[in-house]
Amino acid sequence: MTDIEFEFLRGYLKQRSGLALTAEKHYLLESRLMPVCRRFKLSGFSDLVGCLRLSRDGAIERAVVEAMTTNETFFFRDRTPFDLFRDVLLPQALAARAGQRRLRIWCAAASSGQEPYSLAMMLAEAGPRLAGWRVELVATDLSTEVLEKAKLGLYNQFEVQRGLPVQLMLKHFEQVGEQWRIAQSLRDMVDFRPLNLLHPFEQLGTFDIVYCRNVLIYFDTVTKADVLRRIAEQLAPDGAVLLGAAETVIGITDTLAPDTDNRGLYRHGRALAAGAAAAPAFQPAVRRAVR
Amino acid sequence: MKTCLIVDDSAVIRKVARRIVEGLGFRVAEAEDGREAAALCEAAMPEVILLDWNMPNMDGYEFLRALRRQPDGMRPKVVFCTTENDVASIARALHAGADEYIMKPFDRDIVTAKLQEVGLT
Repeated sequence: MTDIEFEFLRGYLKQRSGLALTAEKHYLLESRLMPVCRRFKLSGFSDLVGCLRLSRDGAIERAVVEAMTTNETFFFRDRTPFDLFRDVLLPQALAARAGQRRLRIWCAAASSGQEPYSLAMMLAEAGPRLAGWRVELVATDLSTEVLEKAKLGLYNQFEVQRGLPVQLMLKHFEQVGEQWRIAQSLRDMVDFRPLNLLHPFEQLGTFDIVYCRNVLIYFDTVTKADVLRRIAEQLAPDGAVLLGAAETVIGITDTLAPDTDNRGLYRHGRALAAGAAAAPAFQPAVRRAVR
Repeated sequence: MKTCLIVDDSAVIRKVARRIVEGLGFRVAEAEDGREAAALCEAAMPEVILLDWNMPNMDGYEFLRALRRQPDGMRPKVVFCTTENDVASIARALHAGADEYIMKPFDRDIVTAKLQEVGLT
């Protein structure tokens, strides 16, 4: 890959997916895009760049963007975000939303589905406490390929053993040959949709809880700030955002701020605090319920 | 340092598991079958046991049942680690007192996740 081709692809990916590649990622770009060239029978990177410049083939454009996405995920990854859901967010929601009995959750980088399905299992485990509730679990990802896998809910032995306690596996999965499929009732709980976080997402509506984990790390600071600001706009006044273990809002945006009571949670920050104060004041009641 | 007993009649599996578990900071002992494992447990009970199912002399299931009959306070975590990958086998192992279950083949991530699951990493 020549330097000119690298620069073109770097700019192309930045614009299409927000991916910020540094110069030393030359090798990564080559290793991920070589299979794309082979798949579309292109003679090499110059041919690939030519196709992208001319915008001749939407399938190639999608393949290039998807080849560069990282889909590393597993059930109950990092554990803390799920402990927070069980111990803090769900009890708060049950108290704060007892009137309307409606809860909306968004997994903004759902990959092959392990994160939303982990939450679906936790909701199922909550059982009668959620009887009569309308819980919406929206799961989006840039890659249509991984979303197709997610919708199938079919995982191999390695995937199903990473992070998933065996009791939950027996309870919520069925064996299909060498693979394991998550129960239909849990698959029905998740609404998978393709979404590029660089594009508008206000059409998704307002959410009480947003999981946006391990995707911002691939963006530059300006893009991170923009995505976080727009997530904050979709967040209920007392809602919460969960980021990846290596991600933070500090130094990036003040639209969200760390929840001082619960490490790993982010709430509306200074910029929206005035608006939040004017919203239904159930936050203190929720905190009392948790304690 | 926490101790882990690896029980498997395959020297290769024991070697692979030892490398992974030592990498996680455990002191490791090995046994080729259930009977040898029982003797080692009697001498010094480990915190966790990675246990194969099919072994000569005393198989994993028999060993586990005997282990769980030990008096209170002697309850190491047991992770079945076997090629028996069907639902019935997994359920049987849990019923016999296993805390977790690894389906072979496994890798470092899976062993780490399962040891974390039983509260040991």
